[in-house]
Amino acid sequence: MSGELAIRLRGVVKRYGTITAVDGLDLDVPEGTCVGLLGPNGAGKSTTMRMLTGQAIADEGELEVLGFRLPEESKQARAQLGVTPQLDNLDTTLTVEQNLLVFTHLYRIGRSERRAAIERALAMANLGERRDSRVDKLSGGMRRRLLIARALVHRPRLVLLDEPTVGLDPQVRQELWALIDALRAEGTTILMSTHYIEEAQRLGDTVLIMSHGSAVAAGPPSKLVAEHVGREAVEVYGPPAKLAEVETAARAAGLRTRRTGTSISVLGIEAADGRAPEGERRPANLEDVFVLLTGEEIA
Amino acid sequence: MASTAAARGPRLGRLERPALTGVLVREIVNYSSYWRSSTFSSTVEPTIYLLAFGFGFGSLVSQIGGYDYVEFVGTGTVATAVLFSSAFPAMFGTFVKYQFQRTYDAILAAPVDTEELVTAEALWISTRAGVYGCVPMLVALVFGLDPSWGMLSVPGIAFVAGFGWANFGISIAGFASSFENFNYVVSAVLTPLFLVAGTFFPLSELPEWAQIAGNLNPLHHCVELVRHAAFGWEGWTDVARMGALVVFGLLMWRIAIHAMTRKLIN
Repeated sequence: MSGELAIRLRGVVKRYGTITAVDGLDLDVPEGTCVGLLGPNGAGKSTTMRMLTGQAIADEGELEVLGFRLPEESKQARAQLGVTPQLDNLDTTLTVEQNLLVFTHLYRIGRSERRAAIERALAMANLGERRDSRVDKLSGGMRRRLLIARALVHRPRLVLLDEPTVGLDPQVRQELWALIDALRAEGTTILMSTHYIEEAQRLGDTVLIMSHGSAVAAGPPSKLVAEHVGREAVEVYGPPAKLAEVETAARAAGLRTRRTGTSISVLGIEAADGRAPEGERRPANLEDVFVLLTGEEIA
Repeated sequence: MASTAAARGPRLGRLERPALTGVLVREIVNYSSYWRSSTFSSTVEPTIYLLAFGFGFGSLVSQIGGYDYVEFVGTGTVATAVLFSSAFPAMFGTFVKYQFQRTYDAILAAPVDTEELVTAEALWISTRAGVYGCVPMLVALVFGLDPSWGMLSVPGIAFVAGFGWANFGISIAGFASSFENFNYVVSAVLTPLFLVAGTFFPLSELPEWAQIAGNLNPLHHCVELVRHAAFGWEGWTDVARMGALVVFGLLMWRIAIHAMTRKLIN
């Protein structure tokens, strides 16, 4: 970590009519780190991403990206920024290579470096053999990889990934995680929004949990878990009546609980001194933190 | 923690050439995948108009305003071809790229502003209109229109008119909330302007108020300029007509930028 911030947001507010999409958000992304923006649908993640590219203008607050003030200097910031949108917007009738070529122009790569930039992006996304395929002939996973590669042609200092693996099957997701991890290893700063806990936990050096437009917690995943839900949880399964009973008893004993749908988790049992109910013990995780802090269930 | 020192580099201004080039390259590369169908429709449509009106009407009226009817329609339908290859692609293309393909989200995430995006799109469409606009005249040459040096200016006239209509189409797409809204524009604006432009019959046959109103129709100026390019210039009148097309283009350009900024940046 260089100690400098690639992204710095202070008290950012964004309203759409009567809806406040982002409500006093503070966000720090130190250079060379990967920050996961975790939150359920509607938490304000995508609006935050749009503000960072100057496509949404904040109503209040300060925004700085790579040292440039937004929205005034947004164009300078965008020149050094790579963006992978949530919704695929590749040119589907063009080939893989043509899509990359267009972006070498949009990102102002000089004529002499264009070829090398395209080759590098193809190699990174492992799409070298499909360079001449039309995009509408690619699988969903390949399209996603191309979408990420397209954001990398100009070697951006900062990459924004908006829900990079949403709607993909587990194998493809792992493939993308490997790609993002390789990018991280190269020292590129990454801000990634996701509503998948596992994704944030695996890839994020730090995670910022968003709910209703503001940050409810921020820090390294393991630290967040230790701080908010302790080391271990016990999971109790059973019919709804039994779950309710366990919940009441645990709370009466001063323990924190969360529902998971089919079971109830009693948290922080390493310090329960025998007050914990019988059940499956498991390490506490980021999902426990999320549900406890926001009261919301997510994937 | 301090914020990263910005690697300033040259300050990025408005309407930069690299940004315009980037958007144009995207259009040109895409065009390589659909130029056949686009050229086909842009060629066949005006040819059909020319044949239907030229020979259909032409058998009833052999002369109009001192020209053979085929010559009259052959030059007039240049404006039709310009309209069809600018306003319509601009309306539908912009809406599709914004709403369905989300192309503009991708472009605006790069160092390109809405003003540059709209300008490049309009320049691209008007360049195409400049080329496709000449097709009816070329067809008319086959059917007996006499070539003249003035005709060399027709691509330029078609480009200027096309720039206005392209921006008109982009504006409509910017203000429209759905495809259905286009029906109002096509029926209430484009169809009347297209019919009362002096393409198929001279406006001098219309009542005086309609002739005056005709001067507010940019398509009419385009029709007249093309005709004068083919048959002989009319001095200052033509300069004024070109001026009207330029004003129309600039006005629509600013409106298109305003409409798309409202739509894309929120």
